[in-house]
Amino acid sequence: MAASVHSSGDHARRDVSATSTRPSLLRRVRWSELLAEGAIFGVALVSILSVLLILVFVGKEALPLLTSAEVRREVTPAALFVPHGDAGFLWQPVSADPKYNILPLFAGTLKVTLVSLVVAFPLSVLAALYVSDFAARRAREIIKPLIELMAGVPSVVVGFFALMVLSTWVQAVFGTEHRLNALVAGLGLSFAVCPIVFSISEEALRAVPASYRAAALALGATRSETLLHVVLPAAMPGIAAAGVLGFGRAIGETMIVLLASGNAALLDAHLGRSTRTVTATIAQELGEVVVGSPHYHVLFALGALLFLSTLAVNLAGERIVRHMRGTRRASAEAP
Amino acid sequence: MSPTKLALTLTAFAALATGCTRPGATTTDAGVSNGKTTISVKGSDTMVILGQRWAEDYMKSNPALTIQVSGGGSGTGIAALINGSADICESSRRMSDKERGSLEAKRGQPAIETKVAKDALAVYVNAKSPVREISVAALSRVYRGELTSWRELGGPDHAIVLYGRENNSGTYGFFKEHVLDGKDFAAATQTLAGTSAVASAVKGDAFGIGYGGIAYVEGVRALGIKRDESSPAVLPSLETAANDAYPLSRFLYFYTAGEPSPSMKRFIAWVTGPEGQSTIADVGYYPLPKKS
Repeated sequence: MAASVHSSGDHARRDVSATSTRPSLLRRVRWSELLAEGAIFGVALVSILSVLLILVFVGKEALPLLTSAEVRREVTPAALFVPHGDAGFLWQPVSADPKYNILPLFAGTLKVTLVSLVVAFPLSVLAALYVSDFAARRAREIIKPLIELMAGVPSVVVGFFALMVLSTWVQAVFGTEHRLNALVAGLGLSFAVCPIVFSISEEALRAVPASYRAAALALGATRSETLLHVVLPAAMPGIAAAGVLGFGRAIGETMIVLLASGNAALLDAHLGRSTRTVTATIAQELGEVVVGSPHYHVLFALGALLFLSTLAVNLAGERIVRHMRGTRRASAEAP
Repeated sequence: MSPTKLALTLTAFAALATGCTRPGATTTDAGVSNGKTTISVKGSDTMVILGQRWAEDYMKSNPALTIQVSGGGSGTGIAALINGSADICESSRRMSDKERGSLEAKRGQPAIETKVAKDALAVYVNAKSPVREISVAALSRVYRGELTSWRELGGPDHAIVLYGRENNSGTYGFFKEHVLDGKDFAAATQTLAGTSAVASAVKGDAFGIGYGGIAYVEGVRALGIKRDESSPAVLPSLETAANDAYPLSRFLYFYTAGEPSPSMKRFIAWVTGPEGQSTIADVGYYPLPKKS
């Protein structure tokens, strides 16, 4: 994450040892500190444990795909990826001859996510730049909460808007083959991604010390040169983190894509055709599925794969951010 | 929290807990607490509005009874009946043998079926479409992805855009069984949550085709259906659904696990009686055919 690390902890400890000379006071401060530390650690542990437990639960329900002979009679792990005979890449789990190819679903998720990021990322970063470096204080005080308010709009409302209004516009403008398609879903999704990318980038931009800007301007750089060559590079790790978190939000969003994508599991690269995402599939089918059936386990396997892919993206994002921060520091410290 | 509030909350939780866990609820009376009886009805999205109307009307004359009606799809309702979280399941299709088996295994009771109304599955097109009728065989080819242009049906030279229901819906099951002969839908069929979503999609799509309950035909046009190529096209209506002239008519069912409790029995008898049946037409479905 982009939050800058302060070394306030060291200061506090030094202050305490400097001022509290009486041993009884020293001990009392230590006790309460210990307690607070323990409580915070406990809370952190609970959140980590619950994530782990969810992973264990999802994994446990997905596992029979590998272990149970009964499940494997209907669907093998390989069948999730290779085409089903002549029928090709099909997702038709409720059928006399069930087909469980998950590639159309992941392709759909990827398509919709990419559309939303391509739209939302530049827009949000530019908006963050405006708010942090151009807007007057009053304008900033109005614009910032308004954009952040977007995060509070329930996704079902966004989805419904995309379904009823946006889809008609998109079809009228782009002449798409299907009225509900990857483009509409991606545009709707960008509505959910924008506030996240905006807030984190804005925070990162504002965390760039004023002295950087002052120094650049003092050296005769124009305002745009300062932004482009000083402020943006300095905030880049934070902006990259914003992108990664935006990606995580987009890939996990369910309601918007469920309503706006049309949910036909097609494996193609057309943005104008209907598409079906992993999340929408789980949402539509898990409610009805017979517990313990092959279909049930495949849905959990889908969930586990989605979980792992977001985890991978987040870890990769973390590494990139750390790498960027490292090179920045190195170049700043160079003579 | 005041003591009375606390007591109330605890009673509510207790009622919830007993309602959820008691497996033999149907042998006595469903969810009795403080002299108030609760019947939970769950299932078909097609039947939600109908079920709610019945519940409202029935509760007016039986204030001691609370009937909670919720949707989710026939499959969801049947699953709820099997695991005991619903007393009555509304279903727009018959229960499968597999589902009957797991109900008996889980609850130790056979499924009891009651026909409560009749519905005709309408096939919608956009109001601007020139197409007026279709045969069951052609409809099957359309949804299997073999017949792809409106031109073959007497319409414009444009691809047919398919809309359907998600696969936990009774409507999906009925259509698959009776129109597609059990074969798969074309992959390009867009699956939407709820018949009203299908109807509004077709309303906004000049080249769309969809299917669903007859109650939702506002803004779209229902096609006349031909049983085979040579027979006349029949529009869905009260008469054609009742006398089976319309090829895509179906019964709507109530299911209970074992014999219903006395209060449920009275409710079901009221639904199938003259009062319950007279409500059906207001919602847009058809009463049961009169027994001859």
